[in-house]
Amino acid sequence: MTLPDNWNELTSEARLEFRLDAWQNAPIEFASPQVAQAYRDRVQLYRDVIALKKPATVPIAPWIGLLPFRYYGHTAKQAYYDYEILKDDWYRFHEETMPDGIGLTLGIVPGKLFEILDYHLYDWPGHGTPDDTSYQYNEKEWMKADEYTALIQDPGSYWQRTYLPRVFGALEPFAQLSPWTDLVEIPFTAPFFAGFAASPVKEMLKKLAEAGDAAMEWLQASMAADGRIMATLGIPQTAGGSSKAPYDILGDTMRGTRGLMLDKFRQPDNVKTAMERLVPLAVDWAVRSNNVTGNPIVFIPIHKGADGFMSDADFRELYWPTFKAVLLGLIEQGLVPWVFVEGSYNERLEVIADEEIPAGRMVWMFDATDMERAKAIVGSRQCIGGNVPAALFAMGTPEEMDAYVKDLLGKTAKNGGFILSSGIVLDEADPTVYRAFIDAGRRYGAEI
Amino acid sequence: MAGGLKEAVIELREADALRITDELLRSGTDPLTVVSSCKEAMDVIGQRFANGEAFIPELIMAGEIMQGVTAKVKPYLQTETSSARLGTVVMCTVQGDIHDIGKDIVVTMLDIAGFDVVDLGVDVPPDRVVEAVRDHKAQVLGLSGLLTIAFDSMKTTVAAVEDAGLRDGVKIMLGGAPVTADVVAYAGADDWGKDAIAAVELARTWVGGA
Repeated sequence: MTLPDNWNELTSEARLEFRLDAWQNAPIEFASPQVAQAYRDRVQLYRDVIALKKPATVPIAPWIGLLPFRYYGHTAKQAYYDYEILKDDWYRFHEETMPDGIGLTLGIVPGKLFEILDYHLYDWPGHGTPDDTSYQYNEKEWMKADEYTALIQDPGSYWQRTYLPRVFGALEPFAQLSPWTDLVEIPFTAPFFAGFAASPVKEMLKKLAEAGDAAMEWLQASMAADGRIMATLGIPQTAGGSSKAPYDILGDTMRGTRGLMLDKFRQPDNVKTAMERLVPLAVDWAVRSNNVTGNPIVFIPIHKGADGFMSDADFRELYWPTFKAVLLGLIEQGLVPWVFVEGSYNERLEVIADEEIPAGRMVWMFDATDMERAKAIVGSRQCIGGNVPAALFAMGTPEEMDAYVKDLLGKTAKNGGFILSSGIVLDEADPTVYRAFIDAGRRYGAEI
Repeated sequence: MAGGLKEAVIELREADALRITDELLRSGTDPLTVVSSCKEAMDVIGQRFANGEAFIPELIMAGEIMQGVTAKVKPYLQTETSSARLGTVVMCTVQGDIHDIGKDIVVTMLDIAGFDVVDLGVDVPPDRVVEAVRDHKAQVLGLSGLLTIAFDSMKTTVAAVEDAGLRDGVKIMLGGAPVTADVVAYAGADDWGKDAIAAVELARTWVGGA
């Protein structure tokens, strides 16, 4: 997507309109005018609910994970390694169930790439987890407690020389290379590049090239699947980029849940400064990818600020300020943060309904949160959605699902501002219950 | 003085708690008094957690301080004084799931509450669970899982305990974010808890301590 020349002079509202128009009129070669219309109509559903207007029907955008592969008799390992299976099952599932948004395609990840990179941060099917299980994070302190100063001083250098060599076996030689910021004047240039003469570094560069090819092979397959879904089924992608809350960046895959919780007591100032340092990085990450994809939605999974994970005071003082700064930074650029709130957020609703965040500019997708309260408190300012429980998908009956969706939409979807979705990413669901979810969404969603 | 320790732990002032511990031990205070001050403080924090006034970071920090104090007290204990333990709990994250934070907090809280805890770790196959329940004569088995696939592993594990003829002698509790009463019924367990305090309550009820 090319931004207009006067982009910097546009208001955030004008930027949003530009991006929404670009999404709705994406340069896709549709199979027919009818499919093109269906695509535009679906994007219109999102435009309406985000703007808190009443849509033609409630958009149904479940978080789809490994579910399609389970349906068609394939394992997670096959989905992660065999891209024909990835493409076919992904397409077929969307064709058979016809949701209003494509599932979490990025979550079906390439096993081969992680093998090349010797990725330690996660286990994946065949590499530490069973063949039929999704990837799982290896919880530990990948960033050490005494490394805040290095991170705060120069995040780029910290990532390159400390963090990446630790989480990717193949990138260990990065630790020996100087930071790129050394490259400022001619006499210092040769000594910098001499570092690349070392054999381990040369080996690493070969691996990086291999990794690039492996990633591209996967990306092409993944994009081909999504492209076909958009072009022939008229179902849009629901994310064009990603970001995270600064507290989660630190707590999820750097200091670890426990490490960051202890830091809060032992070095609170460092935690705060590091989070502030991460704000512009989190904004820039999304802006770059959303500018490429032309889709204004920013997928933001949040974890460590959920109920029980910290006190209300800590949420207000520690978690929210830098996350809010990221949200405002994205909104300023005309992007639409689409926050995937894992766990329960009953204690946080008053805080996240923050009046300094302009109304009708983002989406809160909840999991185990009281949706009636969420609608009353957050829903008056922003679009909300989600909540259909994973256990209901896995162990409920079609009748129970029908009743749940009816009740949920009755509480939340009147006059718009609601997206029907699962509370978490679905790896497992009884097929008849999943069908009941879609059917109920269509039936009751049209009656709002 | 020991009161000062209790307050320091309750207020999560780690450095103060450790300093006071050193001072108490050097001045000849009975090491068991030091430990019991800490336990009293932990009870207060546990109660605050149950009341929604303290949260996971506070539990983890308190556990960390408790461990620091215990390490300091150990050399002062003449012999291995084993205060009466309430009972034995076998804990694990079930096969196919490697999430450990919730399980670890439960292990710590059970330990502090006075249970002997056998922590089998994560991704534990049913036969290892059966072996541990048998070998340690556990009264309680705690199965944890964060993924929905863990439901099947929980069911398989409960069935394995049953097949080994051990089910009548052990109460089984489930935990983990997606666990509900439906999962308890599905897996054939006895009950579930939403957090570590609930797990301790269940274990106490079953073993007859409360």
